[in-house]
Amino acid sequence: MAYSEEWIERYSRHIILPEVGGKGQEKLNESKVLIIGAGGLGSPVALYLAAAGIGTLGIVDNDVVDLSNLQRQILHTTNDLGRQKTESAKEKLEALNPEITVNAYHELVNSTNIMEMIKDYDVIVDGTDNFPTRFLINDACVLGNKPLVHGAILRFDGQVFTIVPGAGPCYRCIFEEPPPPGTVPNCSQAGILGAIAGIIGTIQATEVLKLIIGKGRTLKGRLLVVDALDMTFREVKIRRNSACPICGDNPTITQLIDYEWVC
Amino acid sequence: MSNTIADDTLDLRGVLCPINFVKTKLKLEAMADGEILEVYLDSGEPMANVPRSVKNEGHQIIKATKEEGGYFRVIIKKSS
Repeated sequence: MAYSEEWIERYSRHIILPEVGGKGQEKLNESKVLIIGAGGLGSPVALYLAAAGIGTLGIVDNDVVDLSNLQRQILHTTNDLGRQKTESAKEKLEALNPEITVNAYHELVNSTNIMEMIKDYDVIVDGTDNFPTRFLINDACVLGNKPLVHGAILRFDGQVFTIVPGAGPCYRCIFEEPPPPGTVPNCSQAGILGAIAGIIGTIQATEVLKLIIGKGRTLKGRLLVVDALDMTFREVKIRRNSACPICGDNPTITQLIDYEWVC
Repeated sequence: MSNTIADDTLDLRGVLCPINFVKTKLKLEAMADGEILEVYLDSGEPMANVPRSVKNEGHQIIKATKEEGGYFRVIIKKSS
């Protein structure tokens, strides 16, 4: 393949890496990643993946940019207040890397649209902020056999977990079902240190890149738990649960569920 | 001097680090094991860096000769 001067220069620091090289970079350029949520986690994930040259990025979010988002959602600026997050994201990502395609989906994922949405993508990233969607995404990725990089943040804490259906545990192997509505606070109730979104989101982006180039060891079967107040990174080994309701030996969940949304 | 028959040649005179190495690496990736690549490198930083990086990737430097005009001709054997 003949490489353009611009391509060589833009991706030179990747190509130099023995684990990436020209072939790894081509894999990144040919891959498609869907990021669900263009907020705290989705921002760093999308920025780094766009910069890395992921050929097609899908961004899903039904929200508009609010002033209270800007403390951590670094894709959006004060000039974007009131705009659709997907539109704001697309503009920033295309400016960062005009060589990529950004598909913006200004909608809420639910049991009726998610399978169609994830179908054409190679890797899915969960950057959502609530349990109903998190479980929905896990189940959809298990049923659709799509690798999923899960991330979640609250206060000074965060976690990352990589799910490769058929090859390791899923989110329901750890947590069988969502907590009862109202028992777990969300960011607007509990607060969030903005920079945590950067720590967890960039780890998610790194996992995506490793999945695509096929190098290194991912967080498959390892839940990474970050406590930024104490600055500790703890790893919890997770095994596939043979009784898991979605990926176990005799799954009881065979179709997607829309859990009750309380915010 | 030029008795080694190269399968491919890259003239990287005037190309700065690390792009000269990146171009060498991309060319080597596209070549078959055992094939010979000849590169022209400027003296100084390029000669200090590129052959070392090429060796770190597992390829062999067969020889490096100083040519008229002060540049170097480096013969690399692709090895994976």
